[in-house]
Amino acid sequence: MKILVCISKSPDTTSKIAFTDGNKQFDENGVQYIVNPYDEWYALVRGLELKETLGGNLTIITVGNAADEAIIRKALAIGADDAVRIDADPKDAYFTAIQIAEYAKSNGFDLILTGKETINYNGSQVAGMIAEAMDLPFVSLATKLDINGTTARMEQEIVGGVQVVEANLPLVVSCAKGMAEQRIPNMRGIMAARTKPLTVVAPSATEELTAYAEYGLPAPKSAVKMIDPNNMDELVALLHNEAKVI
Amino acid sequence: MNILVYINSSNHLAKSALEAVTYAKKIGGTITVVATGSVDDATLGTLGEYGAQKVLVDRSVATEDSQQVTRLIAKAAESTGAELIVFSHDLVAKAVAPRLSVRLKAGLVSGAVDVPNASGQVKVNVFSGKAFGFVEVKSAKKIISLLPNSFQPEKTGSACPVEAFDGAAGTAVIKVVETKMPEGEIPLPEAELVVSAGRGLKGPENWGIVEDLAKALGAATACSRPVADIGWRPHHEHVGQTGVAIRPNLYIAAGISGAIQHLAGVNGSKVIVVINTDPEAPFFKAADYGVVGDAFDVLPKLTEAVKKFRSTPH
Ligand SMILES: Cc1cc2nc3c(=O)[nH]c(=O)nc-3n(C[C@H](O)[C@H](O)[C@H](O)COP(=O)(O)OP(=O)(O)OC[C@H]3O[C@@H](n4cnc5c(N)ncnc54)[C@H](O)[C@@H]3O)c2cc1C
Repeated sequence: MKILVCISKSPDTTSKIAFTDGNKQFDENGVQYIVNPYDEWYALVRGLELKETLGGNLTIITVGNAADEAIIRKALAIGADDAVRIDADPKDAYFTAIQIAEYAKSNGFDLILTGKETINYNGSQVAGMIAEAMDLPFVSLATKLDINGTTARMEQEIVGGVQVVEANLPLVVSCAKGMAEQRIPNMRGIMAARTKPLTVVAPSATEELTAYAEYGLPAPKSAVKMIDPNNMDELVALLHNEAKVI
Repeated sequence: MNILVYINSSNHLAKSALEAVTYAKKIGGTITVVATGSVDDATLGTLGEYGAQKVLVDRSVATEDSQQVTRLIAKAAESTGAELIVFSHDLVAKAVAPRLSVRLKAGLVSGAVDVPNASGQVKVNVFSGKAFGFVEVKSAKKIISLLPNSFQPEKTGSACPVEAFDGAAGTAVIKVVETKMPEGEIPLPEAELVVSAGRGLKGPENWGIVEDLAKALGAATACSRPVADIGWRPHHEHVGQTGVAIRPNLYIAAGISGAIQHLAGVNGSKVIVVINTDPEAPFFKAADYGVVGDAFDVLPKLTEAVKKFRSTPH
């Protein structure tokens, strides 16, 4: 079983979000980058569990610059066998997906996993784009994934319940909560990660289809109105008359 | 401009479908809807009231198979000369819109919260709702996936014709083998009212007071991450930056501190009520209404007040 897990960097969840250059650039000042939690906790860990039971190899791939090698080493420390970095700025989802698809096409993976979205751009785009570029089936936002021979069985949350779907490998799956539990790398993993193979690949010529023209921060909330805990009738009246939500 | 709106509804037209057609109408142009799902022709025709000129329907397409849906929409886009394709940002759209983007080389904006501005840029939430951005689409053809609950459906016209359409979608390679639908629960992502609780509730056995309030309001229940992680509540109730992001009209949070990662999943709520014993809890800064008090005391009182309110006519 050959598994490819796509990882992206994202700012640490406690980062202060600010912009520079006339609100055109994300302000990276003081920002600590982590492996995007959906990629790490769900896609990578479930990929490792499958590899551990079925045998095979797990490769991680990211489109990014040399500075992103810190997150690659983290993913290797958690247990990936080897890593690929496509040496380019991940300009938009289309550019990123085409780069990954180009690499994956010539390397015969059975399963390609991503997180359901990144916590910075929340686009949920890359996995579906990879699938289309490779003409593979794609299951989005899976909360469970099991492999039996060449068949994958997955669960997805639908409005009001859960649906169980099956598809044959090779397959692209984006992973959501429920798939696996976070793994903390141990010392041995961290040491081993230093010497695991990391291949740097030149990007293919691809355009981007979208760009962020400008950013902004939401207006601050107006002050909270405090209600006496013994006067819930007042709260209900405010929710009805003032907030108009009930 | 020719606009194609994709909708996928099973029993009745989902509100999000009406929102997507209303959104296309606000942008303006000739609006065709391409539909999958089992809704009958007469019901689909009512999309005309929201701005559709025509509905094309192919009920043979399996919506769980993103390749089939993509082929159908691509064919409908070609036959209608669509320059813009609109989705509602749901599970099917998250699988299909990115595929279609590659197939048509059309830039995709996911989670739009507004119509394009004068420069054609589309506003979206980024950094899990901590900021917003304006996306510029560089390609001639464009795809916009609209965040549910961003636009209210508006009726402006009358019913429109519905035509069978052969999407030439091929065979399905993804199959649904089972569907589990728990009875009587209100699905969280669609809920307009949500009651949520955190570690302050101290144990799963205490959730009765949360469920009572939810029941009195007709609300869905949600929880903070640690509560789902320790197994007090099911994973699908976990809201936040690494769980479900919700945007209900009313979010009531009891015994939740309001960590930045929790807020990121609920800051799109129209109105937030926070109940916490600690007046310094960070959640109060993000709240519209706050109650400093013990959830074990306040929740039952609030439930009584809601019942009283609901039993009198307004
Ligand atoms: C990478 C990362 C991602 C994360 N993602 C998420 C996420 O998606 N969602 C999420 O929720 N968290 C997330 N977290 C966790 C988050 O940081 C907080 O730890 C978590 O939200 C705290 O949950 P809580 O408010 O239920 O518990 P606590 O922080 O323990 O707060 C309990 C609150 O209850 C109050 N309280 C106690 N007793 C009572 C009572 N009787 N009545 C009323 N109030 C009472 C206390 O004053 C306190 O404010 C994430 C963390 C990290 C590091």
